Amino acid sequence: MERTKAIIMHQDFVEQIRKDFPILEQKINGKPLIYFDNAATTQKPKQVIDALTDYYSGYNANIHRGIHHLAEKATSAFEETRKAIARFLNAESSDEIVFTYGTTDGINLVANTYGEAFLSEGDEIIISTMEHHSNIVPWQMLCEKKGCVLKVIPMSDAGELLMDEYDKLLSERTKIVSVVYASNALGTVNPIREIIEKAHAYGAVTLVDAAQATSHIRIDVQDLDVDFLCMSAHKLYGPTGMGALYGKRALLDKMPPWRGGGEMIKEVTFAKTTYNELPYKFEAGTPNIADVIALKTALDYVENIGLEKIAAHEQELLDYATESLKGISGLKIVGEAADKVSVISFVMDGIHPQDIGVILDQQGIAIRTGHHCTQPLMQRLGIVGTSRASFAVYNTKAEIDGLVAGLHKAKKFLL
Amino acid sequence: MTINEIQDEIIEDFELFDDWEGKYEYIIDLGKKLPPLDEQFKTEENIIKGCQSVVWLHAFEKDGVIHFVADSEAIIVKGLVSLLTKVLSEQKAEDILNADLYFIEKVGLAGHLAQTRSNGLAAMLKQMKTYALAYTSKELKV
Ligand SMILES: Cc1ncc(COP(=O)(O)O)c(C=O)c1O
Repeated sequence: MERTKAIIMHQDFVEQIRKDFPILEQKINGKPLIYFDNAATTQKPKQVIDALTDYYSGYNANIHRGIHHLAEKATSAFEETRKAIARFLNAESSDEIVFTYGTTDGINLVANTYGEAFLSEGDEIIISTMEHHSNIVPWQMLCEKKGCVLKVIPMSDAGELLMDEYDKLLSERTKIVSVVYASNALGTVNPIREIIEKAHAYGAVTLVDAAQATSHIRIDVQDLDVDFLCMSAHKLYGPTGMGALYGKRALLDKMPPWRGGGEMIKEVTFAKTTYNELPYKFEAGTPNIADVIALKTALDYVENIGLEKIAAHEQELLDYATESLKGISGLKIVGEAADKVSVISFVMDGIHPQDIGVILDQQGIAIRTGHHCTQPLMQRLGIVGTSRASFAVYNTKAEIDGLVAGLHKAKKFLL
Repeated sequence: MTINEIQDEIIEDFELFDDWEGKYEYIIDLGKKLPPLDEQFKTEENIIKGCQSVVWLHAFEKDGVIHFVADSEAIIVKGLVSLLTKVLSEQKAEDILNADLYFIEKVGLAGHLAQTRSNGLAAMLKQMKTYALAYTSKELKV
């Protein structure tokens, strides 16, 4: 029932939504832009763009310090976003939300604070084969520094984690399990609840890279019982270079601060500095105020449409694209997990992904080609890279037809 | 032929195309026709760093001019590589160093030298000039 209704609404619904995204109106190389690079970053609705302009033209001021009108207005808008993220993730308190540059920054923060304080030689960190470099390198750096060991959960050819193998990796030595919720390269949605539960059984803390998940999957950090979760605003119709780290209060409390400076202190003397409370302890310096404020607008935008409705629309696009691409001979979909977000990666016989990207670009179709910052995953699959189309709320089936036509043309050209 | 004469010829060739399709068909064709680089030259050293696709560039000096041979695993890049070597191969080091490659802009391929697209191509051009520079300084020393 729900689903049929969603399909009937589809046409109208997307038409309305597209009007909110000024960037989609343009032509590229004389063709209407088809933007299928949403896993890299989503486009921004005019509401978000307006929020940025409103801040800079109406109440730009530094926050938390001033007592004047503008400073108060900016501070309260800034803190409203923190509350909005806490609601969005169902955190117990907005004190558990730390603003970051994004997912990468959040993972680095945890590695450099929790990792720094609580890991030592011989301790083990578990990640998975399909991690983004940002959930590999910070741990490698920590391992190098501390003499810890990095273990990797293997995966099947279809792109699903081998949970039996995960069981074998877990032990008393496991201190951190850090896994991606939804893979940016394959689309795979990992059984994150089970991963967390099993890690907890060994007393390990868990981190979830939710960069790709937030715009497609309803996340409830309390229900998942996850210890840390990282997200990026720009993959959720919000601004670039900002995001959030959720952490359980008990953990954040006992973690040392990382960056030092203004904002994160309670009192500074040359002899000793005492640190501010949560979450400010982790937010040194003047933050990215405008973008933080605009993230609230992005969250409102998503919630107004309804995350579930967006997810249903994207699922429909994914199913349609999967069917359509399977009809192209010589094309192989990479990543065929049962549960996927709207990411479809593929390779074509005898054609380098970069060539596909160039020919599609000539036709106004933006996709991503290459290793998607997941080189170890590409090595596991034995390929140099893939072409990846990823869908967002404003995409349409007609655009997928455009992609299919574009791919036929690419084949004609390149083979 | 001088570097500029070759460039002008390429520009003339491209004037025949009034849409991207003809242009890319031509580039792809160039890519297909470029003989593959001898395996012995596909060394780690000859790989141009910073590409989405691997580009190999091998250079050597013979009869007072510098020869470039190159290859890529992506066919469009290979076509573009073919154009670059056509223009700069078998030229004097000094002329390579001083070359102003206006044909890239003129035939509408500047985007390919932009960051990211395949900055391998930009890197390749830089590498070609570096060879020329290394060669001229070697000449000076002798
Ligand atoms: C799965 C995943 N993790 C982490 C990141 C890094 O996000 P950011 O660059 O916003 O820090 C990305 C972005 O590409 C991603 O897709």
